Amino acid sequence: MSDQTTATQTPLTAKSPFELRVDLGRNLPESDVRSALASGDMGFLHSFTTGSAVDGPGVRVVAWTTGCMWRCLYCHNPDTWTMTNGMPVTVARAIEELSKYKYGLKVMAGGLTISGGEPLMQHRFVVKLLTAAKAMGIHTTLETNGYYGDRLSDQDLDSIDLVMLGIKTWDAERHRHLTRMDVAPTLEFAKRLAAQRRKIWVRFVLVPGLTDDRHDVANIARFAAGLGNVERVEVLPFHQMGSFKWQRLGLDYTLATVEPPTPELVEEICGIFRAEGLTAH
Amino acid sequence: MTGTVTRDARRAASASPWTGFRSGLWQKEINVRDFIQQNYTPYDGDASFLTGATARTEKIWGTLTELFLEERKKGVLDVSQIPSSICAHAPGYIDRDHEIIVGLQTERPLKRAIMPNGGLRMVVNALKAYGYKPDPTVVETFSKYRKTHNEGVFDAYTADVRRCRSSHILTGLPDAYGRGRIIGDYRRVALYGVARLIVAKEEEKDALDASMSTDEVIRDREELSEQIRALKELQKMAQAYGFDISGPATSAREAVQWLYFGYLAGVKEQNGAAMSLGRTSTFLDIYFARDLEAGSLTEQQAQEIVDDFVIKLRIVRFLRTPEYDELFAGDPTWVTESIGGMGDDGRSLVTRTSFRFLQTLYNLGAGPEPNLTIWYSPRLPEGFRHFAAKVAIETSSIQFESDETMRRAWGDDGAIACCVSPMAMGKQMQFFGARANLAKCLLYAINGGRDEVSGEQVAPAFEPVKGDVLEFDEVLDKFEKMMDWLAGVYVNAMNIIHYMHDKYAYERIEMALHDYAPLRTMAFGIAGMSVVADSLSAIRHANVRVVRDATGLVTDYQTEGSFPLFGNNDNQVDQLATWVVSTFMSKLRKYPTYRDAVHTQSILTITSNVVYGKATGNTPDGRRKGEPFAPGANPMHGRDSHGIHASAASVAKIPYRDAADGISLTVSLVPQGLGRITEDRIVNLTGMLDAFFGATGFHMNINVLNRDTLIDAMDHPEKYPNLTIRVSGYAVNFVRLTREQQMDVINRTFHGG
Repeated sequence: MSDQTTATQTPLTAKSPFELRVDLGRNLPESDVRSALASGDMGFLHSFTTGSAVDGPGVRVVAWTTGCMWRCLYCHNPDTWTMTNGMPVTVARAIEELSKYKYGLKVMAGGLTISGGEPLMQHRFVVKLLTAAKAMGIHTTLETNGYYGDRLSDQDLDSIDLVMLGIKTWDAERHRHLTRMDVAPTLEFAKRLAAQRRKIWVRFVLVPGLTDDRHDVANIARFAAGLGNVERVEVLPFHQMGSFKWQRLGLDYTLATVEPPTPELVEEICGIFRAEGLTAH
Repeated sequence: MTGTVTRDARRAASASPWTGFRSGLWQKEINVRDFIQQNYTPYDGDASFLTGATARTEKIWGTLTELFLEERKKGVLDVSQIPSSICAHAPGYIDRDHEIIVGLQTERPLKRAIMPNGGLRMVVNALKAYGYKPDPTVVETFSKYRKTHNEGVFDAYTADVRRCRSSHILTGLPDAYGRGRIIGDYRRVALYGVARLIVAKEEEKDALDASMSTDEVIRDREELSEQIRALKELQKMAQAYGFDISGPATSAREAVQWLYFGYLAGVKEQNGAAMSLGRTSTFLDIYFARDLEAGSLTEQQAQEIVDDFVIKLRIVRFLRTPEYDELFAGDPTWVTESIGGMGDDGRSLVTRTSFRFLQTLYNLGAGPEPNLTIWYSPRLPEGFRHFAAKVAIETSSIQFESDETMRRAWGDDGAIACCVSPMAMGKQMQFFGARANLAKCLLYAINGGRDEVSGEQVAPAFEPVKGDVLEFDEVLDKFEKMMDWLAGVYVNAMNIIHYMHDKYAYERIEMALHDYAPLRTMAFGIAGMSVVADSLSAIRHANVRVVRDATGLVTDYQTEGSFPLFGNNDNQVDQLATWVVSTFMSKLRKYPTYRDAVHTQSILTITSNVVYGKATGNTPDGRRKGEPFAPGANPMHGRDSHGIHASAASVAKIPYRDAADGISLTVSLVPQGLGRITEDRIVNLTGMLDAFFGATGFHMNINVLNRDTLIDAMDHPEKYPNLTIRVSGYAVNFVRLTREQQMDVINRTFHGG
């Protein structure tokens, strides 16, 4: 036996998802990584959990992929930025694990959520996983920043019951400052989903001093309401619980002094969305 | 409407207390279940009909709240040194003119009685611990003239039992106090009145005249005579409060009062480890429904009666030693009330009074007693499931157990004694006792019967492990042999204890409210299941090297490599947990029990997992010496790393047939982990319960943490190693956060609260 990790051997029992995850896929030969990504038969997962009631409708299994092209200043999982920090998992292995929860997910009106990282960095793997889940009768949710939305064909979209779309901020310049990337592809993806009447939950991370510009929020609210397919807006209060990961990874964390938003501020921001007729909390 | 008219007419025609009830077998024999089935009205609505506390209720509760403060300061408020019995104490009141349901254990609220029949030593130690001088007459009586259960047991213990007791491989044997876990069917007092119950007991006794006087028959005759005597005392006790309970109750208020007198007699006479109430809410609902329909009661009054009853249940007290309270964390009485469940005919047994009992947690505030226990099935009406989930989230004061599993085993009129032990009401009792520390047993197997802490030879000198690296097959073989020996000693101890308890501290009134010759189970228990499973997993899947001290005793383990951990829904290790449960059960079954009791076993430690851990050395799974075990059947702290669904699925694999006395799972959550808004939280928790109990889950104790708990966790992180905070997309171990972050979580979670 070599000490090489192979995807089929991955125990999935790897340590707690609360821990920092680095280099789990480090020993995988690069050629394998590339062919895996090309076929989508294998992907990289940071971790997975069961029993989550805060990542989509009902009580769900959530798998977090590794790899992200954005560098959001407030990211609470920066260890998911690098793909090979995750553990290599085959679609077959992931589905085998997921199938254990099939009955419970149905009873709990839950399903499978794939989040990240940015799942669409591994879109072939993600689509295969979601398609297989749906074939088992499991509700599917994709949480994405939408930047690579055009990687998904219309047929691919059929494998997704709900898209949780992160809209970080409205102003293009601020968006680049916040994420290092453009906001336009995200909004394009939202419009495409709307045109096809596919359900969206909008997720908006509220960071005082960074994303709480009322004018910006109002623009997002107007845009979201205009889509007609937004079921819910979730205003997620910024928190400091991921800051240790930045320090441990030797990254420069610029939000160390930022206070989490007050409940009053969260309520006010929710109010801006509600004023447009959206359900927000 | 015609139904009402007919009923009223019938009632007018006859003053019988049973007027308005549908007839059935219950009139011809003692059969409460049949009475319920013929007469109850299932309720499938929501909680909107419930009413709040009245000023009267708040006043009484306020009076007691002041006494609670004083009690907490002093440890115990007051002690009566009159050895307690049903009629030993004069009537007592909290506020005589305003109480709806009356009766106290002694003549003052919270004043504790002594019950030396179980054991004088426990009484004397408790008195001294709280600064009381034991009454010399009592001491003389119970050391010179009257032998106690405790003395009887120690007269008959074997050397093996004594050794196992002191090494803590067997812990919590009820050999110095009342065994408890017997539930009288107190409903019988209300439905039939005491006179009829006495007649039935006399018939049972007379029927024995035809039998030859063997040991068994003589004991039965003596017990029945004691039961009859106790029933007469019950009548007398009620008389002292101004009630004639020889006949059936005629109203809801009387039904509650009669039933409570029955229970009160039980807790006046026995200081049992758990003194559970049974399954009373749906029975009582029949009376409430009759009075409400007749217009003689309003909803507010119905709730007030239930509130007052629950107040009485909340102030049941026993005099126990501080060490006992440490073992069980607090001052528990386990006045367990079983609520809900399905009937055999497919109707739900949920009634409005099921809701009223839960409502007491709002009217009186959250509280651990009575231990309200939902017999849960996904088939229960949605309105009730949602209300129960809401109450669980808001008060953390209720627990859930599988109605499907327990009804299949024991029928649809069962109740929980203590935490997880199901039994058929009035037809079944159990001989309860203790736990075998199987983690220690595994260490004994490795060390050839020497204790890993003291080095003493406790078990017979089996061959220890000789090699430096543990071999799975060898360890398993030795472990089985050690379990076999331990099971034998354990059954021995239990037989002795229950023989002596029957002889010296017989539960006269509780057993008087049972059928003759009830089904008896002998309820064994195990502790350390997940430590054993993970240790065996380490030995099988990783490399475990032993570390010996100078005397050759293995005191530590060096484990290299990773291995599957219990609690992640992984059969490689979950199978080891089920194996240890089923194997130990099969060992126990080999040894005959006192009174031919049926062997059962629980995987329950309540809070004693801490004490078991304290007494156990290093284990091959990496757990350090003294470190607590996980409670009950829980995975070890922090090792179930894939969320509650996976964790609960592992526990649900433990076969009920080999743990028929219950499998306990404790889950801690913060409200926001159940969903971002209140409605979502209720629906999601209901979903979790539906999934767990719709499969093979047995028990779930849900702690939805409040602000105080989290603040306590900040100050005592060691108590909350596995407290998880979940926000969308992120989970973190609470105790690892900085103080500032913890405050943020607290403020975020409980703002306004």
